[in-house]
Amino acid sequence: MTSAPQPLASQDVALAVHDLTVSLPAGMERAHAVENVSFELKRGQILCIIGESGSGKSVTANAIMGLLPKSIRVFSGEIRLEGMDLVGLSPESLRDLRGRVVSMIFQDPLSALNPLMTVGAQIEEVMAAHGAGTPKSRRSRAIELLTEVGLPDPPLMYHQYPFRLSGGQRQRVMIAMALALEPAILIADEPTTALDVTTQAQILQLIRDIQRRKGMSVMFITHDFGVVAEIADSVVVMEKGHCVEQGSAEQVLKSPSHLYTRRLIAAVPHLTGKDRVPAEAAASSSILKVECLVKTYRSGSALFGKQRIVPAVNGVSFDLSPGRTLGVVGESGSGKSSLGRLLIKLLDSDSGSILFEGGDVARLSEAEFRPIRPKIQMIFQDPFASLNPRSTVGQILTVGPIAHGLPHKDACEQARELLAHVGLDAGTFDRYPHEFSGGQRQRIGIARALMFKPKLLIADEAVSALDVSIQAQILKLLDQIQRETGVSMIFITHDLRVASQICDEIAVMHRGQIVEHGPPSQIFLNPTSAYTRELVAAIPGEQQSNARAIGSQSTLAGHSHK
Amino acid sequence: MTVIAAHATPTRWWHSRAAYRFMRHHLALAGIAMISLLVLACVIGPYALPYDSLHIDLRARFAPPLSGQHYFGTDPLGRDLAARLLMAGRISLLVGFSAMLLSTLIGTLVGVTAGYRGGWVGAALMRTVDGFLSYPSIFLVLALAATLRPSPVMITVIIAVTSWMETARIVEAEVRSLREREFVQAARMVGLSGKHIMFREILPNAMGPIIVAASLAVARAILLEAYISFLGYGIQPPLPSWGNMLNGAQQYLASAPWLAIIPGAAITIAVTSFNFIGDGLRDALDVRDDHI
Repeated sequence: MTSAPQPLASQDVALAVHDLTVSLPAGMERAHAVENVSFELKRGQILCIIGESGSGKSVTANAIMGLLPKSIRVFSGEIRLEGMDLVGLSPESLRDLRGRVVSMIFQDPLSALNPLMTVGAQIEEVMAAHGAGTPKSRRSRAIELLTEVGLPDPPLMYHQYPFRLSGGQRQRVMIAMALALEPAILIADEPTTALDVTTQAQILQLIRDIQRRKGMSVMFITHDFGVVAEIADSVVVMEKGHCVEQGSAEQVLKSPSHLYTRRLIAAVPHLTGKDRVPAEAAASSSILKVECLVKTYRSGSALFGKQRIVPAVNGVSFDLSPGRTLGVVGESGSGKSSLGRLLIKLLDSDSGSILFEGGDVARLSEAEFRPIRPKIQMIFQDPFASLNPRSTVGQILTVGPIAHGLPHKDACEQARELLAHVGLDAGTFDRYPHEFSGGQRQRIGIARALMFKPKLLIADEAVSALDVSIQAQILKLLDQIQRETGVSMIFITHDLRVASQICDEIAVMHRGQIVEHGPPSQIFLNPTSAYTRELVAAIPGEQQSNARAIGSQSTLAGHSHK
Repeated sequence: MTVIAAHATPTRWWHSRAAYRFMRHHLALAGIAMISLLVLACVIGPYALPYDSLHIDLRARFAPPLSGQHYFGTDPLGRDLAARLLMAGRISLLVGFSAMLLSTLIGTLVGVTAGYRGGWVGAALMRTVDGFLSYPSIFLVLALAATLRPSPVMITVIIAVTSWMETARIVEAEVRSLREREFVQAARMVGLSGKHIMFREILPNAMGPIIVAASLAVARAILLEAYISFLGYGIQPPLPSWGNMLNGAQQYLASAPWLAIIPGAAITIAVTSFNFIGDGLRDALDVRDDHI
């Protein structure tokens, strides 16, 4: 508690948390999820709570909403809302407050919405649960809300089921539900983490607009200082259950006093706009040459009913020189992950060629391609799903090389060396993946990809699932590996900031096609295509004025459907 | 691929927690205790008892339980019922276990192949499963048992052949969802063969449901063996099995009810115990996402 909140007149404070301690069940890594946390949410302001995963920020939010699981309970402290202490309030009174006075939006709008109810029915349910209005007035209010959150064609949207909506639209529906009873306080738990940058910018803009228009107080939980810079009035920084710093957004961002805050801010990847200096003069021949690659997904049967055809990758061509990194950037659904899987032949392409070291691998069968596999390796997105939970780290690393004929002893030796190289200690070898954190697991994934000394490394959203500070470490590791081994890399990401850190060239993908290709300086400073400009503008925390301008344009576009 | 093998290679990440959950399942523990006792009795019992199971003593026909050295009484030929029950238990439990092993083996092979290969291979295999399921298996069992020379090995094979489909379905569904996981993609990336991925990467992750299905399959196999033998197509006298002991008992239901009650009780105890164990294993192993 470096700077205690100034005592304020109680009417200025919408929500006050005082010395909150939430205990965890015995046997967890620490005794308290949050310990002695105090902060105040002022009326009509946006308070950002920022911290890495495990910092207790979501637990704090759930404690306020009275939504803590049974095994976790508030140990001491008070949460004051409109003069009431929420701690120890009966479940009935809490239920009455939820939705009416305090509302919450969640990270994953798909799992937070009921898949079997229409959007309209879910919004009405919130009002009905609190006995507000008549069925008719609730219906018109639901449509009004759908309009307010900028969804196109609200009367039609009213009858849609959640699965028909995009991620951004679902989050707008969640916001509409949260706003249904005009709550005084909105708690947003990482509402944009699962969204694309452009969608994120729109949702942030929407939350800010609504907050201003209604004079609501918003408690916004995030791990991204870029987002903080976009919307926060004041900031609370949490580390391992403690509040390490709080103050106005400007104060915390410009002159952070706590070491942890400084480290978090430093870890935020920034657009460099500078091109990387290649380690050595680029060789003339390219290691990978892709020409007119096409992949189309077909679902449903041509025989029975309609066939759905989705062109995932549509005529993509590019060159990659040895020792260089190509960034492939795009929103979800742009075909960038499909492209990565095509290159490593986890998917078969429909047409086009993939010339790897001069030979076309696109048409090779699995058996013919297997000897080439060691030269092209991949780092996967999800560090939890990409390691077999039933194999030790040693087995995970050595199984491939042994299958390709490397003696067991040599493979083990090499694996131990690589583990040390990626910054893991010797004991890692005999342990199981679940014993490691996300960042450590990703290091294991990198070590696995390096076991073959590959010529080409494909990193598919390799840092997207990690906290910012871990992200920076992994990026540094990848950069170091490239400089040492001269491996070529294809770095697939949705985050332009990350791409700008590590790539020599960037290809922007949109709907299966490369819309722009060039060095980072061109992409970020002089983008030629409209789509790239939109992407760059949507980056949180960068070129703020620019981003806001574009953001409000897109919100206006949303409103024009009224 | 067997229950035993799966327990012999415990992996720390679920094993300790699953074991803890299993230990708290009292019925399952009771099941384990009963089965252990039953197996122990069947293995050493016949040596400890004073009478041989085939020893005929016509003077002691229809002796009621607890008469002299005949703890469970005697049958119409004066053979000691306790000795016969334990010898029959050897056969019945052995047939049940072996049939389970065989059906789990077949079901797992079919399920893993169908689930991993998918496409027309998977479709063909799963439609075969549907075909087997749609045929009333008791007719199949009886038809096979009637045409083939019944022996314990034959009965085991017949039971296995008609009861592997459920395991195949469970395994296929599990493997199909595991196939899409990134660690399987990673295994393909490092150039592992399909066989290696199916049996070394995917199968250990599908072990939980297989073990549950297997423990329930034992119960069903014991029941099915008793059923076939009761109808007279199964284990043939003088070799005793719980099923053919019941068959022999039906004419004397009124005069010597213990002849039916005692093997009947043995079947009930064995089957419910295995079902309890199966339930406990299901609760212990079938928890989704418990490693996250």
